[in-house]
Amino acid sequence: MAPEKSPANAIQAGSQIPLWRDERVLRIFAQIVSAIVVIGLLLLAVINFLNAAEQRGLSLDFGFLGEAAGFPIGESDIPYDPSRSFLYAFIVGVLNTLKVSIVGIFFATILGTLVGIARLSTNWLVSRMALVYTEFHRNIPLLVLLLIWFSFFITGLPDVEGSIVLPGPIYLNQRGIQLTWPRLTPQGAPFVISILLAIIMAILAWVYLRRYQERTGRSTYFAFVSLGLLIIIPIIGFILSKGQPLQADVPVLDGFNFVGGYDLSPEFAALLVGLVTYTAAFIAEVVRAGIQAVDRGQLEAARAIGLNYSQLLSLVIIPQALRVIIPPLISQYLNLTKNSSLAVFIGYPELFFMGKTTINQAGRAVQVIILIMAVYLSISLLTSFILNIYNRRIQIVER
Amino acid sequence: MTTASKAQRGLGPPEPPGILTWVRKNLFNSWLNGLLTIGSLVLIYLVLSGLLRWIFTVANWEPVLNFPILYMVGQYPRELLWRIGLMLAMYSLLLGMSWRKWSGLLSLLGFTYAGFMLVLALWPAAVPTLTTSMRVALLVNIGIIAVGYLLGGSAKISPRALLIAWFISLLLSLILLYGTPLLNILRIVPSNLWGGLLVTLILAIGAISISFPFGVILALGRRSSLPMIRIICTIFIEVIRGVPLISILFMASIIVPLFLPVEMRIDRLIRALVGMTIFSAAYTAENVRGGLASIPHGQTEAAKALGHSNFQITILIVLPQALRAVIPPIVGQFIALFKDTTLASFIAVIELLAVGRAVLTSDPAYIGLQMEIFGFIAAVFWILSFMMSHASRRIEAELGVGER
Repeated sequence: MAPEKSPANAIQAGSQIPLWRDERVLRIFAQIVSAIVVIGLLLLAVINFLNAAEQRGLSLDFGFLGEAAGFPIGESDIPYDPSRSFLYAFIVGVLNTLKVSIVGIFFATILGTLVGIARLSTNWLVSRMALVYTEFHRNIPLLVLLLIWFSFFITGLPDVEGSIVLPGPIYLNQRGIQLTWPRLTPQGAPFVISILLAIIMAILAWVYLRRYQERTGRSTYFAFVSLGLLIIIPIIGFILSKGQPLQADVPVLDGFNFVGGYDLSPEFAALLVGLVTYTAAFIAEVVRAGIQAVDRGQLEAARAIGLNYSQLLSLVIIPQALRVIIPPLISQYLNLTKNSSLAVFIGYPELFFMGKTTINQAGRAVQVIILIMAVYLSISLLTSFILNIYNRRIQIVER
Repeated sequence: MTTASKAQRGLGPPEPPGILTWVRKNLFNSWLNGLLTIGSLVLIYLVLSGLLRWIFTVANWEPVLNFPILYMVGQYPRELLWRIGLMLAMYSLLLGMSWRKWSGLLSLLGFTYAGFMLVLALWPAAVPTLTTSMRVALLVNIGIIAVGYLLGGSAKISPRALLIAWFISLLLSLILLYGTPLLNILRIVPSNLWGGLLVTLILAIGAISISFPFGVILALGRRSSLPMIRIICTIFIEVIRGVPLISILFMASIIVPLFLPVEMRIDRLIRALVGMTIFSAAYTAENVRGGLASIPHGQTEAAKALGHSNFQITILIVLPQALRAVIPPIVGQFIALFKDTTLASFIAVIELLAVGRAVLTSDPAYIGLQMEIFGFIAAVFWILSFMMSHASRRIEAELGVGER
């Protein structure tokens, strides 16, 4: 918008350009008008809403959150009973959403990477099977898949007595999945501390030694050192806790139900399996595109300067593929988290289901929806904030 | 495989092409691949045999086969089905003509549409829901496509006229579906009687086409040099994209009526359409923004050098090129939206999935037949979405968008 010579002078001289053609005035004017329109519409909506609220006797404060919820929740990882407050019930919902999302993201990444690599396999049959897998999942609504998985978990599995037993033991039946779960023994504290310490030390060693290698060109074997730290420190912790840090909590059939272990409801299982298999199909495409984006010349050049295969992978292919993979991968993670709200159709008590139950119990639709949206929004804004930082960092690396 | 053997094969005469060579090269070129091939074969056999056995011997397809009309149009009054038939005939004619005119994507659409008619006409229902006249009407529709195809060859029908005809037909089909108070024969059918695939398509097509202009405006707004406009558009887009669709639908169904004057009652289908449109507009905006970003700076600079105003540059130079680049992602978004219409059943819109769930609870004999019903719905969605994504890939190839 660089003004030509003579009009620029005219502007400086003032008054020759009429106001309605002066771009600086127009710009400010356009902004004021759009602001007035948007704020006006919002005000109109709010006034209408306040009127309606008054007429229907709706209250708009968040005080109800302190009242007793009065409804039971199917599953919760923190102690809950109906006398707890609505806010507490809501937090249970948030935790359940986070639980299914984090576990789902973990497994979807593994499955998606496997399928994505299988798509690039030189074995025709394997790559075709991976293609069928992704095309199958990408063209069916997630909700339909979830309902199919849910009906499989409640009608397709045997009853409790005839449970399918997987090694572990893990029991599969109509009541869900009963896992053998490691629980800490009283002397287990050193072991937990040693694991945390090992992770911190391994990361520090990785970062520091790698930087040293990049600076000096001397091989520091940073991968082996961190792996070694990850193994050796927990072994010390294991010995310190007298060789008995964990105890297997095995589910045992008692009458008509299993007691002990970690119990996953059919709702959770269906939601998890549905989200994982569906999202994996999308992650597979992301991974495939990322690996294919690495230029062939890069591989040839790396071979030409004598890198061996593991160096080729860790120094050339993976860093470049990751740069392409990570942004869409994160958006798939966010999709998985948002899609977990479909659990409302099968009755897993996550955030959205909790909100709906609260509206049924206490009314207050507006406040509850604001809360729900605020939680989802903060999850995704936080993630995209971190992603932006990451993107900026890898952009500096680029030539 | 050693380098020596590789080199030897490279030097020798090329291997004769044949099934055995192909199998050796693609399936058994190393012992690991051989193992993978055998493992895959076992897996395929297990899945396929189990699936086929279930489909042909175990499954009870009654709740699917007995309600073809319910799945297609829901509770639409059966004596007024001729109106939908008329609408189909109109589209058959237009589709046939466009098929001849533009081919490409439309030939695929035409085949899908005709195949769909054929399947419905030959639907093996044990209960007489589909009358003989309906079956004949469906077969006649296939004939109409052929007639349209023949007519489309004539030079009198210009592409522009055909486009206008499509727009008019959209309007006409709304009148046919909903009716008008003016004519007795077109008496009003309230939208709570509409259902099934009809509503699914109305929601998807309605949301994508209404949201498109808003999406373009939002995208331009987000790239605007005026901070106020940019901030408003960015906030809108990011908020909508940050929350799940179901919460937007929920908001549209519960909160939007609260924000409007008390006397205004809005129809459920419209509420769902509003929610889906808002949702879709934010995603369209991001797609269009990608298209806008792909236009080289030189285009704008050249236009400025020629003395065009900012408005002219946007409308005449940037947008036409950007929108062309945006067609494939918009088709992708349409497929996603088409699948997402299933969520509208949450706010009591009777689309395809909701019909399935209603059938499931309609008869105690159908208890436990979820797999059959949901499997059928999944198949319908799969076929339609797969066709669309296939078509989108073809457009991409034809436009040369993918190659840069």
